[in-house]
Amino acid sequence: MYNQQKLFVSSHAPYWHNGSSVTAKSYHLMLAALPAVVMGICQYGIPAVGVFAFSISCAMIWELLMNLAMRRPVSIGDGNAAVIGLILAMLLPATTPWWTVVVGTFVAIVLGKQVFGGIGCNPLNPTLVALAVMTLSWGALVDFDVSLVDYDLGFHMAYPLAAVKYFGASAAANYSSQGFLLGQQSGGIGSTFGLGLIIGGVYLILRGHIRWEISLSFLAGVFVTAFLFSISDPNQYAGPIFHLLTGYTLIGAFFLATEDSSSPVNFVPMLIYGACAGILTVLIRNIGFFVDGVVFALLMMNVANPIIDKIRPKAMGKGLENA
Amino acid sequence: MIKRPFFGFGKPKLKYPLLEDVPQDAIIELPVPPKVTLLLKRPPLRTDDLILKTGDEVRTGQKLRLVDGSEDYLVSSVTGTIDGISEYIGYLGQRYTSISIDAAKEDEWDHEFSEVGNTPNPETACGFLESLPGGSDFATLLNFQAPVNTVIVYGIDKDLLVTTNQLTVRTGIEALVKGAGYLKEITHAGRMMIVVPPHLTSLAEKSGLQVKAVRPTYPNALPEIVMKDILGEVVQPGKSPEEAGVGFISAEAVAALAAAFTDGKIPVNKIVTVVKKDHSVVNVRTRIGTHVGGILDALHIETEHGDRLVLGGPMMGNTIYSGDIPISSDTDAVMIQGKDQVISNSDTPCINCGECVRACPADIPINMLVRLLENGLFEEAARDYDLLSCIECGLCSYVCTARIPVFHYIMLGKYEFARSESAEDSNV
Repeated sequence: MYNQQKLFVSSHAPYWHNGSSVTAKSYHLMLAALPAVVMGICQYGIPAVGVFAFSISCAMIWELLMNLAMRRPVSIGDGNAAVIGLILAMLLPATTPWWTVVVGTFVAIVLGKQVFGGIGCNPLNPTLVALAVMTLSWGALVDFDVSLVDYDLGFHMAYPLAAVKYFGASAAANYSSQGFLLGQQSGGIGSTFGLGLIIGGVYLILRGHIRWEISLSFLAGVFVTAFLFSISDPNQYAGPIFHLLTGYTLIGAFFLATEDSSSPVNFVPMLIYGACAGILTVLIRNIGFFVDGVVFALLMMNVANPIIDKIRPKAMGKGLENA
Repeated sequence: MIKRPFFGFGKPKLKYPLLEDVPQDAIIELPVPPKVTLLLKRPPLRTDDLILKTGDEVRTGQKLRLVDGSEDYLVSSVTGTIDGISEYIGYLGQRYTSISIDAAKEDEWDHEFSEVGNTPNPETACGFLESLPGGSDFATLLNFQAPVNTVIVYGIDKDLLVTTNQLTVRTGIEALVKGAGYLKEITHAGRMMIVVPPHLTSLAEKSGLQVKAVRPTYPNALPEIVMKDILGEVVQPGKSPEEAGVGFISAEAVAALAAAFTDGKIPVNKIVTVVKKDHSVVNVRTRIGTHVGGILDALHIETEHGDRLVLGGPMMGNTIYSGDIPISSDTDAVMIQGKDQVISNSDTPCINCGECVRACPADIPINMLVRLLENGLFEEAARDYDLLSCIECGLCSYVCTARIPVFHYIMLGKYEFARSESAEDSNV
């Protein structure tokens, strides 16, 4: 008789896994954000470090408190709360007061994510929910021309999108595309270094952590719409490249639009979602009320996501009556 | 374990093993085990009804019936004495009658088959060869309500790492030629094909069957995908390929068919691919009913508490909790995983990353499906989210970032859905 004391682990097939995990995914997202984060810290110094560190730790603490309050397993280990804290900090100006960070991360983690049941259950991107609440409640804090008024980093410090919105396309002449790529524009701590965001985004796409369909269609949506505006009235509306490299466009394409839970998973829906978000972004920027349209454009598409994602291929054998 | 590739934006590419040159001693012959256990797919009856009793003498190749007049039988793979009859519950609650036999060293062959059944026709096939090694199920192949017009012989194995059928094509092409002839006589199928990996096509041509190559990437060798790619037919959700008139039989079973009619003995040996902890592979030929533990001992493979023993391959096999479980006629492989290789599932909810949706060969919206299955909404899952289209390849669980046991949920859903359907039917 074979040894009865020796028992084997039993489970359901398959017995292989490709090794991916939520934790690894979060770390890769943070790694990809690093170039832009480091650039922001170099530009704004210790206040930027403060915002990053405080935002990440607050987000994790809110997550932990909600885990305890809701009697759920502690989930800060999956890194998702840290990612939300990090990306929120990347969107904020370096002068953000501490209490705003506390409130912002509270909105992101508690109202944006945990009340819906935690990771994967949020209908909207938690970071964007927080930023939308902050924009609507304390607009001056996220108005970069107001909050960064004391900074002179050696380049034109007026917020590019505000400049073209209020002074017309001629204001764009004060900036250069190379400057945008190298981070020479005012804005969120981690959202101005175009090249760094593109490198991070390409890394995430190649490693399969975000979907190229969403990022590229978003950028294409922004480009085409801005181009159409620009040829309709070149004096009033800035060109497509300007819109691609300013504001939250790049961070939106690679870090915000691609948030898993609030974005589609099928091919055609991903294209529609990205393109529509891009179009809405430029519409809000050019004819809407807000200076930057990324936040509300993406939130609107988040809401539309469940419907869009119903466009999917027929499953094998479905719809065949006489097969 | 095969890790996710560095560039992870495509679908997972899991390659089937390709047998190149096979040495003469590729198959290790194992001695007759001291004890075998045979499984018959039906619950045990009251002991009073049994005509088979503990202590009865059986001969190798003898057809054993449990009760008088029953269609069900099994074939003893050894000569010896019946040691016990009990119940065994397998995958998805399938109930078996388990008969263990103490084997003698010398085989004494039973002659019923050579005297009565030695002509290839449907009656002998059903009457003696139901459990050919390689898992031919002649009852389904010869189901007269839905006649099978196409028979596809498997020259490739469905699961990864398993090489049983490839080995049969490599080493036993003559037997395959003969077996194919018998199979034609038995099934009267209009069309017979053999599917093989591309490098075996020229060899398989010799079998006289129509040869079709299968791209050697998982899950292209699964019946539904073979039908779609090669026959251009799609199985309707919830139906089996046999209901669409296509029967599948493994190359090993075809070769065994040839052996049965040539030698006049019901084949009792099974080729099993043994996958060790380091993924190295050995092929053994052993009696059907040999305990898995016995095979491991014969190959000097050490196992310890907490390892995982799998009957079958890494994607579709079934785990067993003890080495006393026997090899059945359809067990193509035994895989041993060290406890350090065991990746446990998690209870994280779906994060909607969409990896499963992109990996699924049947285009099922798994991100939605798994949410319904987690909440026990099996009927909605079958109606709105294509539960029954699943072809059971397991890739969804393999790629799941949240490590949800997706495949497990799907099988649970299918099982519960079938149960509720049959309960409804009986209420009408």
